[in-house]
Amino acid sequence: MAGAAHSATAPVTGDAFRTQAVAFVVMAAAFALAPAVVYPVFLMKAMCFALFACAFNLLVGYVGLLSFGHAMFFGMASYVSAHAAKVWGLPPELAILAGTATSAALGMVAGAIAIRRQGIYFAMITLALSQMVYFFCLQAPFTGGEDGIQAVPQGMLFGVFDLKNTAVLYATVLAVFLGGFLFIYRIIHSPFGQVLKAIRENEPRAVSLGYSVDHYKLIAFVLSASLAGLAGATKAIVVQLASLTDVHWSMSGEVVLMSLLGGLGTIFGPVLGAVTIIAMQNYLAQLGSWVTIVQGVIFVVCVLAFRRGIVGEFARLIKKQL
Amino acid sequence: MFELLGIPLQALFGQLLIGLINGAFYALLSLGLAVIFGLLNIINFCHGALYMMGAFVAWLALQHLGIGYWAALVIAPLAVGAFGIVLERTMLHRLYKLDHLYGLLLTFGFALILEGVFRNEFGASGLPYVIPDSLTGASNLGFMVLPNYRAWVIVFSLAVCLGTWYVIERTKLGAYLRAATENPTLVQAFGINVPRMITLTYGFGVALAALAGVLAAPIYQVSPLMGSNLIIVVFAVVVIGGMGSIMGSIVTGFMLGLVEGLTKVFYPEASATVIFVIMAIVLLIRPQGLFGRRG
Repeated sequence: MAGAAHSATAPVTGDAFRTQAVAFVVMAAAFALAPAVVYPVFLMKAMCFALFACAFNLLVGYVGLLSFGHAMFFGMASYVSAHAAKVWGLPPELAILAGTATSAALGMVAGAIAIRRQGIYFAMITLALSQMVYFFCLQAPFTGGEDGIQAVPQGMLFGVFDLKNTAVLYATVLAVFLGGFLFIYRIIHSPFGQVLKAIRENEPRAVSLGYSVDHYKLIAFVLSASLAGLAGATKAIVVQLASLTDVHWSMSGEVVLMSLLGGLGTIFGPVLGAVTIIAMQNYLAQLGSWVTIVQGVIFVVCVLAFRRGIVGEFARLIKKQL
Repeated sequence: MFELLGIPLQALFGQLLIGLINGAFYALLSLGLAVIFGLLNIINFCHGALYMMGAFVAWLALQHLGIGYWAALVIAPLAVGAFGIVLERTMLHRLYKLDHLYGLLLTFGFALILEGVFRNEFGASGLPYVIPDSLTGASNLGFMVLPNYRAWVIVFSLAVCLGTWYVIERTKLGAYLRAATENPTLVQAFGINVPRMITLTYGFGVALAALAGVLAAPIYQVSPLMGSNLIIVVFAVVVIGGMGSIMGSIVTGFMLGLVEGLTKVFYPEASATVIFVIMAIVLLIRPQGLFGRRG
């Protein structure tokens, strides 16, 4: 995956930082103003998936580990958050926290197993582990089986903000998304992030420099899992539903597709990819299984002709890092 | 009635038989994956979809052309193998110089397209395929009743697996293949057409998947989704066995089928997840897999 990610490899100079800051402001403003013209629930869903894709991209774009099982973190957090809000009656912030913490713990276990192999094996192992979580969710009593957990109460955030008000809910989701996005940006550009990139580029060399590579990989894995969990937990509160779709392997495939389409290893790519794919699902929903075919075609086209993704190609065009 | 740990022997043998059947499919599919991986260094994500396609070719041949089971057993692997060769020549071969993960992403795209197309055409529900007349009925073995078709599936797939092992490990063609796995450039320098070998290997691996599909058609129903869930289990099988050895894939496939069958008897709740748990344990103790090589 390294080839696609070179745009973000070089250290951030003042110029690059300015471009990225401008791009961030444009993105934040776009999401803040969009509800005036676009259906807000769709936008909130898109932001949750954008955060999910950014979390996934942290692992594939900056450590070079392609996880094919990220649905387990997204879906598990979604279930726990929905269960905490509905059955335990927790306020939304604690429900989301519970979901995120569950995914972090799950990420710790899954990560410890999966980082023992690299490359293709890593992808297969994460896929298998997530299928195991899927079967667990199918059988566990608290998930409601095929029905999922429906009518999740949205509640009062911190006891003051009523999330049943769409504008308040929208502001909350926007804050979670932008906060998560900035956190990932900070990770990538920290000394820790530089070591991750070193591992991606040349693992034996990183080992020979004295870095305990497995340790770094595991931390990155847990961070990625937690942020994917944050996205899933927030999504459960937004759409008031946690279901088997969220843990199914096709969800793992979708997040791969979002990142690939937007640009693996770019900072803004996963966001654009997620918005595009969610919009496509929304508007093509009546076509039924054609959506799967279209997704498959996008995969094939991206891999054969378009490996940098939309943002990656655009960044190359304007010779900037995005 | 004889009992073992409170389980009637009939039920025990019945589940072991089902396990052995599943094991046969695991072995055939993981064998194909291992052969493809050896030479192409990609993991063929559309293997499950091509297995499904094999079953559908058999079903369509019977429904529309009146071509029976025995002919389908030859035609389906050939047709799907040819389809695989087209995929390899037109698209996959462009990716060999890139990171191997792109091969995974591309074949995942193929899998989505194939599944979507078949679901559009035939719906998501299963279509029945009748057992051929010569294999209907069952034999009474004294301790259990063995349906003839199931016995045939086990024997035939074992024969195919061992035949493949023999060709790869014991013949000149297999020696070329193993050499090209180790060092393709050198083998090409000796005047062997390695690109053609890669294409044919992909075709062969895919044909094995289609063959498994035809064998499965009378047991499971023919449905567009029959491949996707199976292939994830097969990936776990491949991780457990390690893809370094042909015999390893075969043994691991059958063994895990049996373990799954036994779990269904003693602790049915875990039967869907037991293979994944074994995978996790194997990774912790022996990361390269039971038959894999280090590195």
